[in-house]
Amino acid sequence: MKYIDEFRQRALAQKLAASIQEEADSNRQYNLMEFCGGHTHAIFRYGVQDLMPSNITFVHGPGCPVCVLPIGRIDNAIQLLEQHNVILCTYGDMLRVPASGRKSLLKAKANGADVRMVYSTQDALKIAHNNPDRQVVFFAIGFETTTPPTAVAIKQAHMQGLKNFSVFCNHVLTPAAIQSILDSPEVRDIKSVSIDGFFGPSHVSTIIGSRPYEFFAKTFQRPVVIAGFEPLDVMQSALMLIRQLNEGRYEVENEYTRVVTREGNLKAQLLVAEVFEVRRLFEWRGLGMVPNSALQIKPHFADFDAERRFKLPAIQASDIKGCECPSILRGVKKPTDCKLFGTVCTPENPMGSCMVSSEGSCAAYWSYGRFRQPDDKTKREGVAV
Amino acid sequence: MTTRKRFPLPLNTQDGVVDMAHGSGGRAMAQLIEQLFIKHLDNALLRQGNDQACFNVPAGRMVMSTDGHVISPLFFPGGDIGSLAVHGTVNDVAMSGAKPLYLAAGFILEEGFPLADLERVVISMAAAAKAAGVAVVTGDTKVVERGKGDGIFITTTGVGMVPDGVNISGDCAQPGDAVLVSGTLGDHGVAVMSSRENLEFDTQIESDSAALHTLVADMVKAVPTIHCLRDPTRGGLATTLNELATQSQVGIRLEERAIPIQPAVSAACELLGLDPLYIANEGKLIAICPAKEAAQLLAVMRAHPLGQQAAIIGNVVEDPHSFVQMETAFGGSRIVDWLASEQLPRIC
Repeated sequence: MKYIDEFRQRALAQKLAASIQEEADSNRQYNLMEFCGGHTHAIFRYGVQDLMPSNITFVHGPGCPVCVLPIGRIDNAIQLLEQHNVILCTYGDMLRVPASGRKSLLKAKANGADVRMVYSTQDALKIAHNNPDRQVVFFAIGFETTTPPTAVAIKQAHMQGLKNFSVFCNHVLTPAAIQSILDSPEVRDIKSVSIDGFFGPSHVSTIIGSRPYEFFAKTFQRPVVIAGFEPLDVMQSALMLIRQLNEGRYEVENEYTRVVTREGNLKAQLLVAEVFEVRRLFEWRGLGMVPNSALQIKPHFADFDAERRFKLPAIQASDIKGCECPSILRGVKKPTDCKLFGTVCTPENPMGSCMVSSEGSCAAYWSYGRFRQPDDKTKREGVAV
Repeated sequence: MTTRKRFPLPLNTQDGVVDMAHGSGGRAMAQLIEQLFIKHLDNALLRQGNDQACFNVPAGRMVMSTDGHVISPLFFPGGDIGSLAVHGTVNDVAMSGAKPLYLAAGFILEEGFPLADLERVVISMAAAAKAAGVAVVTGDTKVVERGKGDGIFITTTGVGMVPDGVNISGDCAQPGDAVLVSGTLGDHGVAVMSSRENLEFDTQIESDSAALHTLVADMVKAVPTIHCLRDPTRGGLATTLNELATQSQVGIRLEERAIPIQPAVSAACELLGLDPLYIANEGKLIAICPAKEAAQLLAVMRAHPLGQQAAIIGNVVEDPHSFVQMETAFGGSRIVDWLASEQLPRIC
């Protein structure tokens, strides 16, 4: 495939592996956090770690919009179904995420709620047009990448005077989340977690550009490389991070130049700015309340804001006891550090969001890499070592 | 004296729809069976009109398989639920190495389903059965109220006879065996997805839906020591190999570069964030045989029209955990795991 196979070439991977081996200082450890679940997925799916020296550790970050959505917001979505009898349109990943009381959207659907899996915001608009007697809510989640299509849908609904369509907005912002991780006590004070550099979110940067990461690269002295999602992108970006760390530089570099610019997509940014404004505070699973880290619908488009239309309350809900998703999302723990991993929490029976989402680190560990885990628990579960 | 017609008006297969009377057991049902099912699926046993078919079988081992067919949309590039209902069960019977002989078909129809579509499905079934050399010899029809079905569901049950000396089963794979696949993977699943209402995209990919029994016959004749055969339908190659590894209590190692996948299928899967190893097939098989026979089996498969792109894709190893693992084309390794649930497209 043109523009795909070029970034999965084995021969190039071996050359890059040799360069990394040569340039990585064997006397130091490199802990590189991939913010995006897409990177986590690529690392496991293609076996990238097999090509890396042992002193390079990939730390899996919070970059999966499904994983970071707090349980209370899913409880809200179930409220919309059970108390307001809406048609709830959602992307597929959300269906199985556990809410409070072991509920999920999929279970709500099985109990008769009208949940529709959609592939785009346009599908949700179409459903609203086809069901004029029902309230249709689009469950909007995602980082900066998926925000522009939501803005388009809201503007279209506004222009069409659609009375039965609204958006439950859960769009979140990556720069604030990375800053929150670097500001966390584990990283900043206690030093229990070492993160030396970041693979920057690439699809996010197609919209916002690479510039928003410059502030904390300098402030927190951590290099950032905006990295594409193909395995060669990940390896090249690792090499770029290693070089920066070896040279003591803390800059934002762009490996994904075929798509990302420093300024990003200005048209999309303007569109988002027209429809959304920054929320002062939003809860992230794993990170807690993070200031200026999410978007809400502007008053001008308030008619299309499901939170206002249905007066949704803020719900504080706790994670399932023993679930380490919050620590895993911050890179403080590995999936295999969780007592539930592989015992009661598996993709068939997920206890936490990191096991549900195909981009979650627990799912990636379990599905692609559990034969690598040498600890006793995985042995008990029938895992090769 | 004039003979009164049994059904004064013919079944309206142009504009008519299925109604509750068609499942009532009365005259409307008799007319549907006579003017639609028997008309197209005609054979001596079916024409007898009994509630069962009575036939002689040769001495030996008989196999039997049943399969429910539920698909949306009902008509897709390269096939429809009718041909699929034949191919699915013919293949399940054939994967024992058997020659399929007879099929039974159960239809669950939804009130309001157009008779024109039903006729199209039955004509397709008849053509598929004829091509596969099997006869649909008995059947059943039920009608459910509007909203309680999805147009049409078809369950087919097949029987066939296993040649002497053939012992093919999912628990027979042994360390050292070779793993072969008969052709490109994921074609059926991508063709069906491309024609779903909310996911339409342009592709030249057609379903690979086909009856594989003649391919199996050639394979069994040339290499009677084949250990396992299975068609990787729902869940795709990955799920089927996990089934075989678990049944045989062995591990399987795949070589990603050897697995045949059409570029258009790879592209569609990239677009949707899906893994082609988990996408359904309806005209492909996996074979596991002793390594020393693999080259001969591959040659036989490639000589058959349904196996031209056959390939050796891996081997069987000892593994108490029954993992399916793969050396990636990129040079790393990973598990090819059981599917946890339906594959879902990524958000971003």
